[in-house]
Amino acid sequence: MANLKPVPAMREFDLAGETLRQLNSYLHKSAVSEGIAEIRVRNPDGAHSIAVGLNAPLDVHIHGHVGYYVAGMNQLASVTVHGNAGPGAGENMMSGRLHVKGFASTAAGASAHGGLLVIDGDASLRCGISLKGADIVVGGSVGSFSAFMAQAGRMVICGDAEDALGDSLYEAVIYVRGKVRSLGADARFEPMTDTDRAAVRSLLAAAGRDEDPGSFRRVASAKSLYHWHADANQEY
Amino acid sequence: MCGIVGLLVKKPALRERLGALMVPMLTGMTERGPDSAGLAVYTTPLSGRLHKISLYSGELAVDWSAVLAQVAQHFTEQHEIAVLGNHAVLTTAADPDHVVSWLKLGAPAVAVLSIGQSIDLYKDVGAPADIARRYEFGALRGTHLVGHTRMATESAVTPAHAHPFTAGRDFCLVHNGSLSNPHLVRKRLEPLGIKFETDNDTEAACRFFEWRLREGDDLRKAVERGFSELDGFFTFLMGTEKELLIVRDAFACKPAVVAETDDYVAIASEFRSLAHLPDISHATLFEPKPEEIYSWRI
Repeated sequence: MANLKPVPAMREFDLAGETLRQLNSYLHKSAVSEGIAEIRVRNPDGAHSIAVGLNAPLDVHIHGHVGYYVAGMNQLASVTVHGNAGPGAGENMMSGRLHVKGFASTAAGASAHGGLLVIDGDASLRCGISLKGADIVVGGSVGSFSAFMAQAGRMVICGDAEDALGDSLYEAVIYVRGKVRSLGADARFEPMTDTDRAAVRSLLAAAGRDEDPGSFRRVASAKSLYHWHADANQEY
Repeated sequence: MCGIVGLLVKKPALRERLGALMVPMLTGMTERGPDSAGLAVYTTPLSGRLHKISLYSGELAVDWSAVLAQVAQHFTEQHEIAVLGNHAVLTTAADPDHVVSWLKLGAPAVAVLSIGQSIDLYKDVGAPADIARRYEFGALRGTHLVGHTRMATESAVTPAHAHPFTAGRDFCLVHNGSLSNPHLVRKRLEPLGIKFETDNDTEAACRFFEWRLREGDDLRKAVERGFSELDGFFTFLMGTEKELLIVRDAFACKPAVVAETDDYVAIASEFRSLAHLPDISHATLFEPKPEEIYSWRI
């Protein structure tokens, strides 16, 4: 033990002076080899691609608002944005966690394969589009076309949903607590089972929320688009 | 892709700093629009019959004092000209439409960028920072402004294709997105005597809205009509002598974020153009919802 150098528990980056490339390079390489427990980022000022492509169990806290693609392609890391996020937050996340404390712009969690995306505020249009297995918890409301063509994973919406929720859903499941302006093609409300309530309870707990799981409705695919119906006069 | 920026100051003392606050907003959108930039600034309106005409000569060397002398020969009213390189603002007590008609024949090297009692308009090709320096944007004063950085996707990179577009008096529009039916809109407007200067899709939207304003709609009503007449993707930011208005298409394909404090309303495609503004950490931040019209008056 004597030959181990003391490791600072926390490293702070200030993007008012240091570059985004320095930060991301540090997160990809040095932070892992040095075993830093927590990285704080100041003055993100809407920069794009902060903390993208992480591949280690880092704890990254970004204090301020971020631009496009924060924590995109994330694996293992926990990234917290103490502010709002631009388009494509957590897009293609594979595992780990992204927590946006403010609101998120369009296409949050697009195509995410795994991990947990938590948005405390509202999410804009196309949240969870083409979701491939991640879980998403939105504390506020979501914009139109959310969970469009979502293939796997779960989405919990504590507020309302705009138009075309769950359009052309595959196997992903949506739990929504507020009003839904309209469901998308082939999406339907289904009865909540004990399994659903347990899933919602556990996702809300993971997101640090305490809504009543019994107050959510389940939206899933009616699967009528799974097969081509030559006789159905389907128009395109 | 393009960048849009807008700023309306509520506190009169900030009117002196309008340009200084805006320059980092405009240059912050360089990555979204590196090929051209422009802005319309609204100043305290001229009174009575006085109007301002923003003029531009591109790469041609124009003797602006000769232009002024020729105008004075043809129109007996008073005129003044303020020159900044290839840009000039002609202030005239004559009917501005008559002056513009004469300029087209008498000074064909000069392009008319805007006409009104409040608007001054600048646009050119090049990097936003260069254009801001060229026209001393940092020193601009006024109540509100509409700016744009362009990355051309559907028509040529020329000063005439740069934004803002104007039509009529004191009206301008910038656009991030692309329209799919500009030719249909144009075909509808041209028989009404409305003339187009470019093949740019944004010009069709600009002339459509201005036509509706002349037909008696207020700006909000004109924009509502636009929802059924204009097809495509858009975040439009518009200015009149009294108003700044933003609207996004039904799919909110193009980004926009608004920051509002007691002192100002600032609008940009992305937050990174707003981050430097005073007291931004206490501003109310939101993204305009699709097909919802947001406007602020001076």
